[in-house]
Amino acid sequence: MAKIVVDVMLKPEILDPQGVAVSAALPRLGFNFAKSVRQGKRFEIEVDGEPTPAQLAEVEKAAETLLANPVIETFTVRVEK
Amino acid sequence: MKVGVVTFPGTLDDRDAARAATHAGTTAVSLWHGDADLKGVDAVILPGGFSYGDYLRCGAISRFAPVMEKIIDAANGGMPLLGICNGFQVLCEAHLLPGALTRNHELHFLCRDQKLEITSNTTAWTSSYQVGQEIVIPLKNGEGSFQCDDATLAKLEGEGRIIARYVGENPNGSRNKIAGITNERGNVVGLMPHPEHAIDTLTGPTADGLGFFTSVLSAMVK
Repeated sequence: MAKIVVDVMLKPEILDPQGVAVSAALPRLGFNFAKSVRQGKRFEIEVDGEPTPAQLAEVEKAAETLLANPVIETFTVRVEK
Repeated sequence: MKVGVVTFPGTLDDRDAARAATHAGTTAVSLWHGDADLKGVDAVILPGGFSYGDYLRCGAISRFAPVMEKIIDAANGGMPLLGICNGFQVLCEAHLLPGALTRNHELHFLCRDQKLEITSNTTAWTSSYQVGQEIVIPLKNGEGSFQCDDATLAKLEGEGRIIARYVGENPNGSRNKIAGITNERGNVVGLMPHPEHAIDTLTGPTADGLGFFTSVLSAMVK
């Protein structure tokens, strides 16, 4: 069984108020390393056996159609062992 | 004239939208998200709420509901279609309108009476207003910040497709204070604030919202 991971992030030019709130909270807790924080989404999709190129192409299509909104977001698809 | 009001799981404002349509002199018809049937309506309203719990992104799952296929086809054919709040989010997810609605810039859920300026009265839903007219209707949303790229914004501005703007402080970080937009044809309108909650002074802050629902009646009579 393999896991296909789809990471979705807001495009850099889209304001991410959640990321801004997290980056404002970090220094209050004494964590001073962050110049900025952006928050995204991660989808873990389990499939039987090794994913085939056709399956990955389908996942790409699903990501573009449903998992991400290409108007404001970008996504990556990868296989995690 | 029959105006369909769609109910998705999690829709809140379908009853107020139906009441507003009735108040304006049209016949409200309830449409169910799971039925690919428009029941012969002449126009459709996608009301506010939290369809599918706002899971994934607001409107992202509703956009693929069986009733939406029929609505998208009909809207592409010129049927008047109004999306209010969550309905606006559904219209953007369905690519019937450009851009997207994202989290309010200060993260707060807003619920207040909001002053708007009507900036276009050539759409199916705004012809009852004067350009420049100021109205006050409720605004209540967590993800009402209208975002799009610069080219889309320039196009919307250039083509006069912004139908309403927030007056005063920008409540949610929307680009150019956009509260509502229309498509090229003017039959599809998305609006973040809620005209259906302001159709009489007994139940709303004003009766300023009624114009959206009388506009569509005159659009159909023409």
